[in-house]
Amino acid sequence: MTAPMNTTFDIRLTDTTLRDGSHAMSHKFTEEHVRSVVRALDDSRVEVIEVTHGDGLGGSSFNYGFSKVPELDLIKAAVDEAKAAKIAVLMLPGLGTIHDLNQAYDAGASVARIATHCTEADVSIQHFQHARKLGMETVGFLMLSHRVSPAELAVQARIMADAGCQCVYVVDSAGALILDDVSDRVSALVAELGDDAQVGFHGHQNMSFGVANSVFAVRAGAKQIDGTLMALGAGAGNSPTEVLAAAFDRLDIKTGVDIQGVMAAAEDVVKPFITRMPVMDRASIMQGYAGVYSSFLIHAERAAERYGVPAYRILEEIGKAGYVGGQEDMIVDVAVQLAAAR
Amino acid sequence: MAKKTAAIVGSGNIGTDLMFKIMRRSTNVEVKYMIGVDPKSDGLARAARLGITTSAEGVDWLLAQDELPDFVFECTSAKAHEANAPKYKAAGIHAIDLTPAAVGPYLAPVVNLETLTDTMNVNMITCAGQATTPIVAAVSSVVEVEYAEIVASIASKSAGPGTRANVDEFTETTAKALEVVGGAKRGKAIIIINPVEPPMMMRNTIYCMIPAEAAAPGATQDKIRTAIDAAAASIRDYVPGYALRLEPQFDQAREDWGGFGRVGIWVQVAGAADYLPEYAGNLDIITAAATRTADLLSDKIDAARTTALAN
Repeated sequence: MTAPMNTTFDIRLTDTTLRDGSHAMSHKFTEEHVRSVVRALDDSRVEVIEVTHGDGLGGSSFNYGFSKVPELDLIKAAVDEAKAAKIAVLMLPGLGTIHDLNQAYDAGASVARIATHCTEADVSIQHFQHARKLGMETVGFLMLSHRVSPAELAVQARIMADAGCQCVYVVDSAGALILDDVSDRVSALVAELGDDAQVGFHGHQNMSFGVANSVFAVRAGAKQIDGTLMALGAGAGNSPTEVLAAAFDRLDIKTGVDIQGVMAAAEDVVKPFITRMPVMDRASIMQGYAGVYSSFLIHAERAAERYGVPAYRILEEIGKAGYVGGQEDMIVDVAVQLAAAR
Repeated sequence: MAKKTAAIVGSGNIGTDLMFKIMRRSTNVEVKYMIGVDPKSDGLARAARLGITTSAEGVDWLLAQDELPDFVFECTSAKAHEANAPKYKAAGIHAIDLTPAAVGPYLAPVVNLETLTDTMNVNMITCAGQATTPIVAAVSSVVEVEYAEIVASIASKSAGPGTRANVDEFTETTAKALEVVGGAKRGKAIIIINPVEPPMMMRNTIYCMIPAEAAAPGATQDKIRTAIDAAAASIRDYVPGYALRLEPQFDQAREDWGGFGRVGIWVQVAGAADYLPEYAGNLDIITAAATRTADLLSDKIDAARTTALAN
């Protein structure tokens, strides 16, 4: 299964401001936000732009937050605005379905990014098969990759590749991986997948390693790297696209991206509409340290306010309990137990 | 009256757990046959040791027997049940379907058994459906539920190959049942598979979108609490490990909820450990519901016969 990437460049940057950034915006992106960001990224020659509710297709819910604008309308706007860039969508089996994927495809999305917890890749088989049948490019997300060893992660990556996934990402959903942790995992996947699929890396800034980890990933053989403009994303935010572009250029790793363009996109387009700047604070650092899914942050802050217990304590307990991506409902449970224990 | 007889079709985790459940807990039904397709399956071996007639030759073998069972419990796959259902019907056997095939109506025994007129084939929804639709129905009995959403978390070790290969079917079936059985105007279901060790117990979080006044403290809110407690107690009758983790949490109306309020209910289901360990409450709740359904249907069948004889 040959990977579809352009071979002119060393790596491909995927910008997920309009998906991971949705968490930081409490899923309140408007069509105007989407159009302006897509225009700026497309003009800067970013090849793939992800647009979906933060939790993927079908994410609009009590548990994760309702979208202000239906995600299909945002996807359509992005497709309409993009001249060269491909529009990607994220979906998590168990939340989104093939029905949602079909609708996204009909709206013009051409890259399907399918995410599972790092030990549960087999729930995504039907979705990869279907996405390929539709003719979509496929990417697999192994979320919370820090929770398992490189060898175990490679076994899961193989399941995705065999199902039709063309690039498997080591996803550091908690911002918990540090340097060699990334190289070891990326190397293990590269060794396992060979020419069957590429390897990617998606980093978070909870412990400030997003960009450095991305460099380590590329040195270990990763070919696709995620970022967001202004780091807009869950937890302390993502590896900033504009920093990745500049750093890779300095390291002579060719991305094809216009560095001035993405810097301007971050500064002039995204910064003005950000309601809550991603920041490494006590709660988000705790997410990296305790290995907690980054999107739990704002939900934990809300529960902290309502139940009168600190957000970082909630997140610490969530980490101990081993909850995985999607289990935002456990935050209230933990907060109530903590409040009762005081 | 003599116990009614049952065949379990499908000798995997669910079929085997169900076998133990019926043997240990059913008042009206006994397992006569256990049918599989793999002669080496653990379930068939266990059934044979317990003196149950077993066969690895599938449903056609069962239907060729002189003594047909009163009930058949389908524990295979949706596809297999779609093929088998007409055969059971032709043979006059009551089918209790534990797959998501939904050939017959969705059934949560504490909610809608009484309202169904044709019970020759009933569908047990999903494990999450059994754990959540009675709670949504309880809220619906007090106020209109604009929207119900559930999040079911199950231990990785308890998620069988069927669930994994058809996770869409699971969420779509459960969501539909929140409407049909739960009475919500719209339903949404989310399933999370968690691999943590030791394995986590099955958890279900149920959110109901309710009118603003019902979310505020007062008589309506109290009625909702009472209805939820009663529903949980009636499930506990056949699933002793069914428990509310917290008091129901009421959230005041919010603009981004369209001016509605919300009640959230956090449920834990500890299994009875009849076959898989305690964490597999997801298995337990659907096999327990199926057992309870068969017991209730037996009573219904006997009552109908008595009436027919009297007339």
